[in-house]
Amino acid sequence: MNIESSVWKKAVQNGLIGGLISLLLGLVGMALAFGTTFLISGVITMGQVLVLAPFLFESFSSIKRTPSKNPVTVLVVAGLTGLVGGAVLAVFILLAQFIDFRSILINASPDLIALWTFQLPLVIGVLVLLFAALVTGLIAAGFSLLSDRIRRALSLAVMVVLALGLFRDLILTVMVHWGFVQYIFLWMFAQVGMTIPGALVAFLLVGGIAYWRSGVDQAAINKNRSPRRQRAIKWGTIAVLAVIVLLLPAILGIYFSEILDDVGIYVLMGLGLNIVVGFAGLLDLGYVAFYAIGAYTLGVLTTSEAVGLLHLSFWVAAPAALLVAVFAGVVLGLPILRLRGDYLAIVTLGFGEIIRILVLSDWFKPLLGGSEGIQRIGQPTIGKLVLANQQQLFYVILAGIIIAGFIATRLKDSHLGRSWMALREDEDVAEAMGINKVATKLLAFGMGALFSGLGGALFATKVGSTYPQSFSFIVSINILSLIIIGGLGSIPGVFVGGLVLVGLPLLLAQFADFVYLIYGASLVFMMLSRPEGLWPEARRRLELHGEEGGPSPQEEPAPAAMDSGR
Amino acid sequence: MLRTWRQRLTLTDVFIWVIGLAIAVAVIWGSISTLRLHIYSGSGWIDLTIRGLALGGVYALIAMGYTMVYGILKMINFAHSEVFMSGPFTACFVALGLASSGFLNAQPVISLAIILVVSMGVSAGIALLLERICYRPLRTAPRLVPLITAIGASFFLQYTFRGLFGSGSFGYPAIKALQQSWTISGIQIFKTQVVVIAGSVLMMLILFAIVQWTKIGKAMRAVSEDKEAAELMGINVDSIIVFTFGLGGASAGAAGVLYTLLFPVVNFYMGFIPGIKAFTAAVLGGIGNVPGAFLGAIILGLLESVGPNLFLTGLGIPSPSQLKDAIAFIVLVLILIFRPTGLLGERISRDKA
Repeated sequence: MNIESSVWKKAVQNGLIGGLISLLLGLVGMALAFGTTFLISGVITMGQVLVLAPFLFESFSSIKRTPSKNPVTVLVVAGLTGLVGGAVLAVFILLAQFIDFRSILINASPDLIALWTFQLPLVIGVLVLLFAALVTGLIAAGFSLLSDRIRRALSLAVMVVLALGLFRDLILTVMVHWGFVQYIFLWMFAQVGMTIPGALVAFLLVGGIAYWRSGVDQAAINKNRSPRRQRAIKWGTIAVLAVIVLLLPAILGIYFSEILDDVGIYVLMGLGLNIVVGFAGLLDLGYVAFYAIGAYTLGVLTTSEAVGLLHLSFWVAAPAALLVAVFAGVVLGLPILRLRGDYLAIVTLGFGEIIRILVLSDWFKPLLGGSEGIQRIGQPTIGKLVLANQQQLFYVILAGIIIAGFIATRLKDSHLGRSWMALREDEDVAEAMGINKVATKLLAFGMGALFSGLGGALFATKVGSTYPQSFSFIVSINILSLIIIGGLGSIPGVFVGGLVLVGLPLLLAQFADFVYLIYGASLVFMMLSRPEGLWPEARRRLELHGEEGGPSPQEEPAPAAMDSGR
Repeated sequence: MLRTWRQRLTLTDVFIWVIGLAIAVAVIWGSISTLRLHIYSGSGWIDLTIRGLALGGVYALIAMGYTMVYGILKMINFAHSEVFMSGPFTACFVALGLASSGFLNAQPVISLAIILVVSMGVSAGIALLLERICYRPLRTAPRLVPLITAIGASFFLQYTFRGLFGSGSFGYPAIKALQQSWTISGIQIFKTQVVVIAGSVLMMLILFAIVQWTKIGKAMRAVSEDKEAAELMGINVDSIIVFTFGLGGASAGAAGVLYTLLFPVVNFYMGFIPGIKAFTAAVLGGIGNVPGAFLGAIILGLLESVGPNLFLTGLGIPSPSQLKDAIAFIVLVLILIFRPTGLLGERISRDKA
C-alpha cells in the first residue's frame, strides 16, 4: 500500500487526541458516574460508551482526512486511530500500577481502572481494552463505507436504543399510568437498561422504519397535495401538539412537571435573551440581574413575612416586578449601550455581580433578607383556586412562554426587528440609514429585561422563596448556552436548547455534576464547528451553508451576524 | 463639529453625568464623614494600604495576560482567570509534595523558586493550549465568537479542575520562614506581604524589560501596532501570538503563587473574581498598555482595601467590606463609561474607540 505518511501521522495524532479525551472523561469522573448505568443489561454500560466514544469520533475524523476511499486503507487508518487511543489509556493504567495518582486525581481509583479494563484481571483487561478500541475504530470504518441510506437508518437506530437504555427509569415511571402499553416496555427493559431481545426489536424496528422512510420523498408528496390539504395537515399537527402540551403535566406527574416548569422558565428567559443577543447582537452576560430583580420585587411585594412591603397579590405584584425589571434594564442600558461588543459583555457581567453582592449585603438586609432570602412568597390565584403546585403552575409558565414567543416572533420581522438586525450587522451603516441607535438598542435591552423579570417572578412563585445564591453568574451562562446551542436568533432553537441543556441534566441525575463541564465544552465546540446552532435561524443557515442547506465549499468559521460593530 | 455644545448634548450624556456626579458626591461625602468619625487610627489606614499594595501587585501580574493578548489580538481572553487558577493549584500540589519531605521548611527559598517555576510552566502550558484549540481557528471570526468560546473554555477548565481534583478547598501548606511579621511604630507588616510586593514588582520589571528591550518584545509591539505590516517585515505573527499567550500565562502562574501566599486556600472557582478584577485593572490603566496595567492594578488594589472603609463607613452602611467586590465592579463600569481608553490609553483611543 502506498499511503502518504501524512495520513499515518494524522491517524496517530487523532488517536492520541481520542485517548486523551477518553482519559479526561474518566479522570473527571464522568465515566464512573455512568459506570453502572447499563444501556443493555449485562452487555454495555453508559460508562463504557463514554470510554469508547472518543475513539469512534476520532476514527471518523481520521477517515474524513484520508483522501483515498479504498476500503483497506480506511479500515487500517481507522483501526490505527482506535488502537492508539486505546494505547493511551493502557499506558495510564500501567503507570497507575507504580504511581499513586489518586493522591492528586481523586477519580483515578481502582474502580475506574476496573471500568477501563472491563472488570477483568489487569493484563487480560488491558488487552481487551486495546481490542475494544481497535474494534471501535473498525466499526467507524465499516460505518463510513456503507451507503448513505443504510448509514442514516443505522445511526438513528443506534441513537434510539442508546436513549431508551439511558432513560429506562423515566420511561417506566411515565408508562405506569398507561395501562397495557407498559407491558411492552416492561418486556423491553431489564432491572437496569434494556433486555437483549428488547434492544434488538427496538433496533430493527427503528432501523427498518427509518430505512423505509428514507426511500420516500416527503417533500414531493407534500407538494402533490392540494394547498387546502396542506393547510389542514399543518393546523391539525399544531392542534394535536397543543393538546399534548396542555395535557403534559397530567401525563407526566408531579415530579416531571417540576422539571418541565424549570425548562419553561429557562425557555422564557431564553426567548428574551435571544432578542438581546440573537436579534440585536448585544452580548449580555448580566442577564441574571433582571431575573433577580424580577424575583426579588415579587418577593418583597407579596411575601407575608416581616421584610415584605405591601403584601400584594400575585397578579398585582407581577406587573410591578416587570416594570421594575424593565426600568432597571433601561437605566443600565442607557449609559452602556454606546460601548463596543466585548466591553458591553464585561460591563453587563459586572452589573449582574453588583446586584448579587448588594442583595447579599447587610446593607439591604432589612429589605431583602440578606443571605436568608425571602420566604413565603404569594402564589397566583384565580378566583378561589390557588395555583400552588407544580402542575398548575405549568399553565402560568406556559402562558408566559406563549406571550413571549408571540411577541418575539412578531417582533422579528417587524420594523423594529429589522432595525435590530441592521444594527447587529453594521452599526455605522444602520445609523446612516436613519436608525436611532440608542432607542433601538434600549428597546432590545428593555425587552430582554422584561422577559427575564417575568422569568424571575415565576421562579420566585414556583419555589416560594428567593435566595441570593440562585442568582449567580452561572445562570446567565446557562441561558446564553441554551440560546447559542439552540441557534442564535432562532426561536425554535430556544426550545430545543432549553430541553437539551436544562431538561436533560435534570432528568439524568448522573449528569448533574458535569453540567457546566458539558456546557463549556459545547460552547467551544459549537463556536468552532457549528456556529449556527442545532436549529438555526433560516437566514443564517442560508448565509452559512449556501442555497440548499448543503455544506458550502468553504465554511465560514462563524456567523457574520454576530459582529456587533467595533 | 460646527454644532455648539448645547446641540451635541444628548439625554444620555446628561443621565451619565448625573450618575457620575452622584457617585462622586457620595464618595467625597462618605470619606469626609468617615474621617470625622475617627474610627480607624493612622496605623490602621497604613495597614490597609499595604494590603492594597500586595493585592494590587498580584492583580498587576494577572492583568498582564489580559492586556498583552488584547494588545495583539484585540480580544478579551475571558479564560485567563482559569489560567491564573491553575497556578495556585499547581503551587499547592508542589508545595504539599515538598512539605511532606520536609524540604519546604528546610530550604524555603529554593522551594519557592521550584514552586514558582513549575506553576509558571503549567499556567503557560494551559494558556498555549487555549490559544491552539480555542482561539487560533477563530482568529478571523467576528469579535463575539472568540469571546463566547473563551467563556465556554473558562467554564470547561473550571469544572475540569473540579472533576480532576475535587470540589473542596485545599489548604496551602504554611512556609514557616514567611510567617513572621515586623512591627514598625505600631504597624504590623507581614513577611508574606513584603515578598508579594517585591515579587510582583520584580516580575513586572522583567516583563517590562522583555516587552521593551528584547527583540521579541519589539516584535510583539510591532504586531500589536499593525499585524499585516509586521508580517511584511518578516515577523512570524503566529509565533509572536504564541509567545504572548505563553508570557501572559507564565505571569498569571506567578501571580497565582503570590496570591496563595496572601490567601492560602485553593479551589476551582477561585479564578473568577481575581480574573475580573485584573481585567478591570487592565481597562483602568488602558488596555494594551503594560505600565498602565500596573498602575491600574495598584489603584484597584488600594481602592478595594481602603475604599470600603473610607467611602462607605461614613455613609452609615453596615459591614462595608462585604461590598469590596462591588466597588471593583463599579470602578469597571464607571471607567468603561467615562473613559474607555483608561488612564494611560491615549494612543489606542484614536484608532480603536
